[in-house]
Amino acid sequence: MAEEFDDEFDGPVKRFLFVNRKAPYGTVYALESLEVVLISAAFDQDVSLVFVDDGVFQIVKDQDTDGINMKNFSRTYRALEGYDVEKLYVEKESLDARGLTEDDLLVDVEILDSQGLSDLMDAQDVVITS
Amino acid sequence: MLHTVNKSPFEKSSVTSCLRLAKNGSGILFLEDAVFAALQGTSVSDVVAGRAKDFQFYVLGPDLAARGLSEKPVIDGVEVIDYEGFVDLVEEHDAVHSWL
Repeated sequence: MAEEFDDEFDGPVKRFLFVNRKAPYGTVYALESLEVVLISAAFDQDVSLVFVDDGVFQIVKDQDTDGINMKNFSRTYRALEGYDVEKLYVEKESLDARGLTEDDLLVDVEILDSQGLSDLMDAQDVVITS
Repeated sequence: MLHTVNKSPFEKSSVTSCLRLAKNGSGILFLEDAVFAALQGTSVSDVVAGRAKDFQFYVLGPDLAARGLSEKPVIDGVEVIDYEGFVDLVEEHDAVHSWL
């Protein structure tokens, strides 16, 4: 008799925070982090993402990579909801320094100040920065 | 001399070092993550705008577009170019200095 396949993860659930600090395309960090986020979500972990420093550029809307022959992975951020990854945060100071506002972003986020971000980081079990 | 810079001015000092050490009259092309240096309204805009009379600034349009920044205003004096324009610049200058 075949063993019944169960795709429900019944191990421990931890609070994961992925801290995105790099701009997309110039380096591979943003794309690689997104892969790990999806893997974490597949294991039913409690996942949050924050975009800080140049990481805010990852979620700027209207990205068009046709001219640089690279994959436009910005749409994936909009799909995170479907993986129950719904806690997205952006640091206000990072937006301000780059002349960006919430209207420039392609996903709904909660805007935090540095103190709020500090508190968020402190409340995690696992923090992965890239 | 044509200087090319490809690192974010918010993360690395490549842009400011280039501005400090390039001879007046040089061409400076911002590409890849350095395209952020060409934008108005950022924390580094004034640093670049203040040197617009000393250098001919260029920014690579396809790299702006990839990052969703095509419609954002660039600093006065910065010319947006495409890859053909990049090739022309390399051909026009006697040497290229890449600030990696």
